[in-house]
Amino acid sequence: MPENNIDVQQLIRTLKSGLDQYLQEHDRNDPLFVGIHTGGVWIAQRLHTLFSSTHPLGALNIAFYRDDFSRIGLHPRVTPSSLPFDITGRHVILVDDVLYTGRTVRAAMNELFDYGRAASICLAVLVDRSGRELPIRADVTGTSLALNADQHIKLSGPDPLKLVVSTTA
Amino acid sequence: MRIAVSNGHLVCPGQRLDGPGNLYIADGRIVSAGARPDGFTADLEIALDGQYVCPGIVDLSVHTREPGFEHKATIASETAAAVRSGVTSMVCPPDTRPVTDTPAVVELIHQRRQRLDKTRIYPLGALTKGLDGQQLTEAAALKRAGCVGLSNVDKPIVDTEVLRRAFEYAAGFDLPVFIHPEDHYLKNQGVMHEGKISTRLGLPGIPETAETIAISRSLLLIEQTGVTAHFCRLSCARSVELIAMAKQQGLPVTADVGICYLYLTELNVDGFNSQCRLWPPLRADRDRLALLEGLMSGVIDAVCSDHQPHDEDAKAVPFSRAEPGASTLEVLAPLAFNLVATRGFKLEQVVRSLCTRPASIIGIAAGTLAEGAPADLFIFDDNRQWTVAAEQLASAGKNTPFDDWEMNGKVTHTIVGGKPAYQDN
Amino acid sequence: MTPHTIQLDQHGRLKHFLTTEGLNRQTLTSILDYAESFAGVSGRAVKKVPLLRGKTVANLFFESSTRTRTTFELAAKRLSADVLNINIATSATNKGETLQDTLHTLEAMHCDMFVVRHGNSGAAHFIAGQVAENVHVINAGDGRHAHPTQAMLDMFTIRRHKPDFESLRVAIVGDIAHSRVARSEIHALNILGVSDIRVIAPKTLIPDNIESLGVRVFHDLTEGLQDVDVIAMLRLQRERIKNAVLPSEEEYFRCFGLTGTRLRVAKPDVIVMHPGPINRGIEIDSQVADGDRSVILQQVSHGIAIRMAVMAMVMGAAPDSSGGDN
Repeated sequence: MPENNIDVQQLIRTLKSGLDQYLQEHDRNDPLFVGIHTGGVWIAQRLHTLFSSTHPLGALNIAFYRDDFSRIGLHPRVTPSSLPFDITGRHVILVDDVLYTGRTVRAAMNELFDYGRAASICLAVLVDRSGRELPIRADVTGTSLALNADQHIKLSGPDPLKLVVSTTA
Repeated sequence: MRIAVSNGHLVCPGQRLDGPGNLYIADGRIVSAGARPDGFTADLEIALDGQYVCPGIVDLSVHTREPGFEHKATIASETAAAVRSGVTSMVCPPDTRPVTDTPAVVELIHQRRQRLDKTRIYPLGALTKGLDGQQLTEAAALKRAGCVGLSNVDKPIVDTEVLRRAFEYAAGFDLPVFIHPEDHYLKNQGVMHEGKISTRLGLPGIPETAETIAISRSLLLIEQTGVTAHFCRLSCARSVELIAMAKQQGLPVTADVGICYLYLTELNVDGFNSQCRLWPPLRADRDRLALLEGLMSGVIDAVCSDHQPHDEDAKAVPFSRAEPGASTLEVLAPLAFNLVATRGFKLEQVVRSLCTRPASIIGIAAGTLAEGAPADLFIFDDNRQWTVAAEQLASAGKNTPFDDWEMNGKVTHTIVGGKPAYQDN
Repeated sequence: MTPHTIQLDQHGRLKHFLTTEGLNRQTLTSILDYAESFAGVSGRAVKKVPLLRGKTVANLFFESSTRTRTTFELAAKRLSADVLNINIATSATNKGETLQDTLHTLEAMHCDMFVVRHGNSGAAHFIAGQVAENVHVINAGDGRHAHPTQAMLDMFTIRRHKPDFESLRVAIVGDIAHSRVARSEIHALNILGVSDIRVIAPKTLIPDNIESLGVRVFHDLTEGLQDVDVIAMLRLQRERIKNAVLPSEEEYFRCFGLTGTRLRVAKPDVIVMHPGPINRGIEIDSQVADGDRSVILQQVSHGIAIRMAVMAMVMGAAPDSSGGDN
């Protein structure tokens, strides 16, 4: 049941300025944007436009890298990953909508490495929520939310993008 | 021993019995199928409540697997299964190891059976030595030893000249030949009926002509040689037509069908069910219907179990590697009597095809409740329902295609030679 | 149980892949969709995904086939599984060990999947009925019965060129009677909605009642190829001539060999498939096999993606139903 609606556009603007600052501080130019399927790709698309990137957008589908395959099997639909560039030696901005347990990011980094050796990977997430299970943190976030384990946050999209927090009964 | 069976329903086509009655047995023979003989005192009283009392089943084909294949079954295990099934006489094909092609093997079989005092065994002798399809066996000696006929079972006699001579020779000694009609070349590598299902499953098929051509070839030689011939296990509609025509012409031929072929078809093979790998193959449903019709009209004289017990390994392989045959003794009577309720057969027709006709085909004094006849009989209760469970079969062969089938009726008593051989508790 | 019920679990998911027969359109489409995803893996620096890491796949080949075994092996390795190749034709079953003994021995070694090639129809089905609950079986060809992964890679190849199955006319040419590929293709095409399926061969190579599988029979190649979108050629075994099924290779090629001239009656954008290995000059002319309508080499590379998809699907269809994390 929706509790409140969060202003996604505002979060994206926050994320953009955070990224600007991060890239400047770390002296990284001309990064490649890679979104994690599905919500991460939507956010990456917005950032890609805001940064006027001249490179194509990358999309990762981590279905084949999940650590819960032997428990739940294959996901019903798997859109192929698409990295239409060579990431070797490049700075990559990995984008996801929600950072929760950290397992998705773990899988995404494993997959990225199977495409090549990036110079660096920066993790940018729209929402950093509590509940981490792995030693993974975001470099740039739109916002941080402290949520209980029975609360869920979900990005719907692609147009309009909406973040909804709900609670399981 | 003196036995009184009272208040039964006697069925004997020869005696035109089909109704309530009592039966009295003394010293191995039937003494009365009606009034209690004066002063008859019984050692055993079997009081019934209208259950069928019939002449013992004369089963035209039971493989006991002995001698030679005792890992599958033995004379002891299969005669024990036979008495539980109402079978008091059974014909055993000669494809033993060694092949039943000498009096010595016949004597061995008789000895093993005599020690057991159960179902009577009537061996068939081999039509050719070692079933090799080339050299004739000593038919006279085999007959003297007790063979009731000659057969080459599943081994082909490809050379038509040999077949002609074998028929002629058997005719000279008044021995009937038991023919399993199959053209060796048309069968080729086939493992099931050639048709819709074999096409779908990609299993090599056996065309119907493999059987009908072999029947036609034999019929012409029967006409020429005058041998008495019995055709074993018809499987297709066209075969029934051929036998009907031959009978009309007055040829000395008879025929039987295995009980499986009246209930199962190629459809039961679907899913690669190796328990339904039979020889000849289960055919289409219209064939099954024609076989039922042939049995009802009398073109097909007899129904038999075609009992072929196997060890587990024989069937626990991919379909085409499985050995053909099913363990069927124990379902023979229930499935045959079931034709009365489901197919409009008369009780008398069922008993005729299980007991009377087979007895006359092999020329033995059985299949009748006539006074003075040997007291071979069984009692069948058509109100006793039971479920087939492969593991619980009395036969050593647990290879049944009828696992989990509901049976309406059960053999409750079997008497062989005037002695109780089996009684259901 | 019939082959198409034993291969599904209680939720209707593929647990074994034994035949295309009896599966629904959604399942076949999923196989093609997954294969599309896996196809990308072969183009990357590291041609592997960790999906089946720690699993053991045993290739049980009772009939030797280097080509099929290699693509299964490669597919399993790209899914990060460990692969055992067991050539049973020269192994234990010759020493009196039964097929069941071999299976149980391999199960004791904790194999998770058997890829089975066997000369007897129904062998893979038999093995699926014998293995433990958590072991999966993929049929890599059994007798004349089925070769479902070959059929699916053919469907994949067709879909890449002509995605609208319903409007297609497909001709299967050659030894239908002895071909497991043909049977699996016919079922798959029917399930995917192809309404015009033709089989073309001399009478001796057409099995009894083939029409019951939903095809039309032609004995004349030119007539059968009229306006077709897809031609699936079959390999002709030499034994057919020895066994008096055909008079000679020459006559077969004259009547049923696919040549450039014959191809002209088909649609201009027709695609020509062949499961390989090709008998050039017997069932197909080199000009056609190597020509611009031929997709034979694409089929080979699609084979790996299809086999990855099938392996991942059957291995993933065992688990409890609790959802994943995010």
